Amino acid sequence: MVRPLLRTRELNKSFGGIVATKDLSIEIFDGQICAIIGPNGAGKTTLVNMLSGNLRADSGDIIFEDDNVTGLSPSALCSRGIARSFQITSIFPEFSVLENVCFSVQASLGHSFHFWKDVRADERVINPAKEVLERIGLISRANVLSGNLAHGEKRQLEIAMALATKPKLLLLDEPMAGMGAEESRHLITLLHELRSDFSMLLVEHDMDAVFALADKITVLVYGKSIAEGKPSEIKVNNSVLEAYLGSPGN
Amino acid sequence: MRLKKKVQEIGVSCLFILFAVMPILAPAIGEAFYVDVFARIMIWSIAAVGLNLVLGYGGMISFGHAAYIGLGGYTIAIFSFHEINNGFIQWPVALLISGLAALLFGALSLRTRGVYFIMITLAFAQMVYFLGVSADKYGSNDGMNIWNRSEFKISGLNFSIDDSLTFYYLIFFILVLIVFLVRRLVNSRFGMAIQGARSNESRLEMLGVPTYIYKLTAFVISGVICGLAGILQANFERFVSPDMMDWPRSGELMFMVIMGGMGTLMGPVLGATAFLVLSEVLSSLTIHWHLIFGPLLIILVLYARGGLGGIIDRGQKDG
Repeated sequence: MVRPLLRTRELNKSFGGIVATKDLSIEIFDGQICAIIGPNGAGKTTLVNMLSGNLRADSGDIIFEDDNVTGLSPSALCSRGIARSFQITSIFPEFSVLENVCFSVQASLGHSFHFWKDVRADERVINPAKEVLERIGLISRANVLSGNLAHGEKRQLEIAMALATKPKLLLLDEPMAGMGAEESRHLITLLHELRSDFSMLLVEHDMDAVFALADKITVLVYGKSIAEGKPSEIKVNNSVLEAYLGSPGN
Repeated sequence: MRLKKKVQEIGVSCLFILFAVMPILAPAIGEAFYVDVFARIMIWSIAAVGLNLVLGYGGMISFGHAAYIGLGGYTIAIFSFHEINNGFIQWPVALLISGLAALLFGALSLRTRGVYFIMITLAFAQMVYFLGVSADKYGSNDGMNIWNRSEFKISGLNFSIDDSLTFYYLIFFILVLIVFLVRRLVNSRFGMAIQGARSNESRLEMLGVPTYIYKLTAFVISGVICGLAGILQANFERFVSPDMMDWPRSGELMFMVIMGGMGTLMGPVLGATAFLVLSEVLSSLTIHWHLIFGPLLIILVLYARGGLGGIIDRGQKDG
């Protein structure tokens, strides 16, 4: 039997009286795109934050490649191969697009106690960074100040930075947020191309994207998983329709 | 972009050439005391370059860097007081002490952010200041004279800095060396790590870079550079006093960096030069020179974001 790349066991998290995650157990297998959907406040970002180490779960375990990684720091998880993109774009605005990706590459190369060699002439940093930009379609913008990029390009850069850490699992927190239809389609194509090399957890409101990409969908409502299955199953699931559209009786 | 860099480089070379020829230029125009003024400028420049590493590149607003200047200087003075004048002993110990102090203060301060960081670095520096004030044996408030400058003697080699011209060029050499080293440093992976931490620390952490350790290392390097400036200052003035590590000194040092342009390689040198030349010129005009100097500084902060280097940049963009 194939072991999952990542699984959670009975994960719980609440903020004061508000339950954000309740007894959540999910599994992501190698090569899968697993989507998490749910109405606002369903605890999707909370889940991503726990998986990336930004938040500590109240109880439960996170198991990544057979190791219990619950409570590890974001940087420790990152070096194990869990990278994330942020719902709200988080880049280094005073630096060029290429330099932004260099930060990621540099991080994946181990410690940064190199005091002498110019990063911009360091092939071990520059070459992988350029490769990632090539792949993500931003190479022509490499020397642009990242703060000056268009919104869609910033979202792409966000993903490029996650890719450059050479992750095994990519946590994408609403990568399409704020994108126009054209930009979204472009990004869907891009993620489709990446799926052969990376497993992904995709949190997304854009249902076109979710149904186009996901192998498996988990539906969260008030922190609980109410349904899980293939996109075709979720589409016709009654409790999902209820959660999204109100009960059929209304 | 390339043009801007070129203009900056030309400006930098001009400044260094000015430093280099001052011992010839100043007597020629009948203002020999300017040699001393420029020696001080270079010493403050070294300290400002050191502070800029944390303030400009690392975004850590340290309001206590005079402490490291003071510790460097006091170590020399105390050695000299006990008649140990060998620079090969004095200087490494002085650098070590300022580095250790920066390690201790930095390790604790860097656990805080923003205003708290400013206040705690200030508090540590004032602790060192009061240590100097309370040291009765070493002159307390009055400070202490240094009768002999550091001597560099080991078998055969005998390098003395008693000669003011030799000392001037030693300071010049050290300044050039420090600027060169900092230039390598800020463009290296380490330099990127601390600049990334300034720009977006949580993102850098998320990428797997433990920023604290890099910031702390930068803080220590910066403290050591300021310690070196203190060593030079003590030798140059042949005098140390608690005043050299009081908080207004930390403030002036910050001002030089901000005035010249934070996070630029030569900004601090430019800032230190402008600051000290301006105060020299104004104080020769009137004893109430602070009345002019103060508002000038305020105007500069209000209207020249990015410092003097920034003005040059802007002129470039318009042109």
